[in-house]
Parts: sequence; structure tokens; C-alpha cells
Amino acid sequence: MKKELKSSDPADSEIVLGILNDSKETLSRLYTSYFPMVLQLVLKNNGNEDDAKDVFQESVIVLYNKVKDGNFELNSKLKTFLYSVCRRLWLKRLNEQSKTIRNIQDFSEIIAVEDDLEKHEEKDRQFEMMELSLNQLGEPCKTIIEDYYIQNRSMQEICEKFGYTNADNAKTQKYKCLQRLKKLFFQT
Amino acid sequence: MKSDLELMNLIDAYLRGELAGSELSDFEQMRKSDPSFDLMVVEHHNFILNLSDYGRRAKLSSEMNVIHESLDIQAIKDEVAPETARVIRLWKKYRINTAIAASVALIAVSATLLSTGYFSKSISTNVNLLRREINSMKRSQNALIKNINDKPAKGPADPGEFGGTGFALSSNGYVVTNFHVVKGADSVYVQNSDGEAFKVKLIYIDPTYDLAVLQITDPGFEKLASLPYTFKKTASDVGEDVFTIGFPRDEQVLGKGYVSAKNGFAGDTVAYQVSIPVNPGNSGGPLLDNRGNVIGIINGKQALLDGAAFAIKSSYILKSIEAIPQDSLDEKLVVNKRNTLAGLSRKDQFKKLEPYIYMVKVY
Repeated sequence: MKKELKSSDPADSEIVLGILNDSKETLSRLYTSYFPMVLQLVLKNNGNEDDAKDVFQESVIVLYNKVKDGNFELNSKLKTFLYSVCRRLWLKRLNEQSKTIRNIQDFSEIIAVEDDLEKHEEKDRQFEMMELSLNQLGEPCKTIIEDYYIQNRSMQEICEKFGYTNADNAKTQKYKCLQRLKKLFFQT
Repeated sequence: MKSDLELMNLIDAYLRGELAGSELSDFEQMRKSDPSFDLMVVEHHNFILNLSDYGRRAKLSSEMNVIHESLDIQAIKDEVAPETARVIRLWKKYRINTAIAASVALIAVSATLLSTGYFSKSISTNVNLLRREINSMKRSQNALIKNINDKPAKGPADPGEFGGTGFALSSNGYVVTNFHVVKGADSVYVQNSDGEAFKVKLIYIDPTYDLAVLQITDPGFEKLASLPYTFKKTASDVGEDVFTIGFPRDEQVLGKGYVSAKNGFAGDTVAYQVSIPVNPGNSGGPLLDNRGNVIGIINGKQALLDGAAFAIKSSYILKSIEAIPQDSLDEKLVVNKRNTLAGLSRKDQFKKLEPYIYMVKVY
């Protein structure tokens, strides 16, 4: 531990609450408070700022998933959790690039996060598969599916947006799109 | 039986909580009674969850990117990881490799030298020789710095003492040599060709022209016969044959050459450039022309260059003599005006000159 970063870290419980409420402000505070720490870690260990960005964003996703799944217990500081996740992720990435690092320079204490990362990897795979499937799906299916299932728009809105004559037509279209998406998703 | 399309729409409505009343109870009744339908609902639900996970994550990523854009990354970078110099970074990164490479090289070299018997050879003589060279080089370089003209300086007669050459200015014991020969001296002696040494005192120095006038104060000194040579007042021409006598060793050595340039080192107008073999110890020796006129006094040669010696012009010797306040002298310093060397062969000239040329020994 070389240099402790001075920053007024937001209270962990506030952040957890903010994540559950999808608060943009919370995300912003989380990002500005903890990104420097990760940037330091990556820069000092053979990486650049883009690596730091990727690693940090991934760790935030891990945190969000953990909190949203409802199995998040505050048994360590959030900072430590994020740092540990980033550290693992970065070491893994270095390993993949077959860059070995003799002694990683640490800037914070660490906790075991292997379980969380295993879960995350599974989710990550599904995310990538879904992304790929959606991209293969093409328009207008992609937008219809996103609007209906992700944005939770009503069938009526979608109908107007795409200019279907009635909601039944739209529903049929949505059904076809969904079937294709499922096919694509389970194929890959 | 409803079509898949209708069923799916129904499930979507159910999952979104849009069903109510009889529709909802019908739906739940159907799930219980038809296991395959129930499975369909569960599968669909899972897929929708997957989709919404995807949506959430995509949204989160885009939000984070917006935040990231708003940050001043360079400032944070400077704060958390001040840029170290590239060399230091490389050194940190490769120091272990460097150390290993250096060790390997060292071992390889030692092993090679050992196996070729390099260490068993006696190299002490080489070392000594080398040292002597370095010393003489250093001396001539030092002389170069001291004066615009570089001088080979005095060859040491014995360890701890320096030597040069000097020659009589008059028959009553005045001797001229180079200033650099006697510079920093504790005591100075002159020794003639018979091996007799006399104590002298320094009566005049002229560092600018690198000249020093000495007077023999030793009671054992007997007046010389009148000088055979004169001092040439005018400058000599390039191409003029000249010779010098000096003490590069414990014996007088005659050197023969010619004036090769009107000016000395780096255009120094005080000196001539002379092509003549001179060595450490020749400093202060007279430079004479064929008729036996002193035209200069050897004071140096260019380091690392062959055949370029320098001699202070005789007119400056005369100027120095004039500059000595005559009142302060015990005996009058009279410069000889009569030349008895002209027309003699070099052998005879040398014989006549012999008693007037001294080795200057400096302690």
C-alpha cells in the first residue's frame, strides 16, 4: 500500500440504497469516488487508462448485479469489494494477454471475490449472447423487442411508433420477433 | 385450444401484471392443469428476465460511459500515478534482467580470460610502461593548458624531480631556461656537461613568454670563457636549418631540423614552429642557426602530432633581459655580441657549445 487516496467516500449504505433505486446520482458518486483508485492500480501494473475504464465498469456491473439480486451483505467496505474485483479482473486480463507481472503493486486491502466473479462470468456470457442475438435479429424486430421487454412500453405505443394499423398486428409482429430471437439465442 | 401466439400474448400480459379478475384466475387454473403450459410460462419468464438483465446492463454501461466522459482522466492520472521518467520506468522493469545479463557477461569474460591463460601471463611490465606513457602524456597536456603553447615539459631525471635544459646568457653565470621548467620549484640546480652541479637562484621570470633567468650563486662556479654565440634580434625565415642541444637524458643530445612556420601553436606569434626531434627535457634548450646565432629557445611540442615543436623567438629573450632591473643584479648581465661559431662544422660548433649548456634540475 503506497499511497492512500484522499477522497470523501460516500457512505456504503447510501450507495446500496441508491443502486436499488437506480439513482443516477449514486452511480456518478460511486464512479468519481472509486475510479481513481482503480486507475492507480491498473496504471501501476502495466495498464493504461482504457484498461482501467473497462475493468472498473465491469466491477460496477458486478456490484450492481450483486445488489439487485438481493444477496448483498455489507460485510466489507464497498471500496474493498470494488478494489478486489478490479484486481482480480485485471490480473486475469494480464494473464490472457500473456503478460506476467511479478509483483502486483497494491493500494488497498483485498477480500476474496472469486464466487462473485464466477457468477459474473456466467452473466457476462449471457449478456454477450443476448447482445449478439439482438444484433443478428435486425430492425425493426430489435427495437420492438427492446421497447416492449426492456423499456416496458405498452403495445399501443409500439403500434403507433411503427405505424401498425392495429395492436393485433403489432402483437403478431412482436411474437414473430421473439420467436426468432429465442431461436438465435439458444442456437449460439 | 388457443394458438401459440395467443398464449404468448397472454403470458406477456400475465408477467406484466395486466391480467385481472377472471382472466387471472383462468390463467392460473391453466398453469396448474397443464404442466407443459406451466413450463412454457417459466421458460418465457426466464428469457424475459435475461432480456431485462441485458437491458439493465446496457443502460448501466451507457450511463457509466457518460460519467467517464465527464471526468478529467488526465488530472486523476497525474494525481494517482505521477509519470516517472521513461528511463526510470525501464530501469525498474528491466533491472533484474540487466543484473542477470551483466552477471552472465562477467562470468563469460572471466571464464574466457582464465581459459586462455590471460591471468597467468606476466602483465606487470605492460602496466608500468603504460603508466609511464600516461604520465608523460598528462604532463604535456597540462603544459598545453598552462600556456597557449603546449610543452612536453621536463623529463624526470630521478623520481620526484624534474629536469630541463638551460644555456648561458653571459659568461658570469646567468642562465636562461623556460618558466615552466622551474615553475613551483623548491630549489634549482644546473649541471654542466662535466657533471658539476651549481646552485642557482631565480632572478627573473616571465610567464607570458615562458622564460626564466637564473643566476649561478654557487661559490664553486668559475667564470666561463666568453660566449661563442649571439642572440639574433630579427626573426628567422621559414626553411632555415637549425639545431638544438638539450638534456632529454643525462647527456647532451644534438637535434637538427628547420624552421617550419613563422608562428607557434594556434598562431602564437611569440614562437616559431620547428620541425626538430625534441623530447621531454629539451625544454629550455637553445635553438641555433647554422652560423651559431641563438634564434630561439625550445619550449614545447604539440601533443599527438609529429614534427611540430615550438621555440620562443630570441627577440623575446632579449626583451626579458632588458626588463630585468640592472640595479638589482649582483653582477652586470651583458649579452655577448661576438659570434665565434660561424663557419665551423657542426662537430666543432657542438664542442664549443658544450660547456654553455646546462641541465636544469628542479627539486
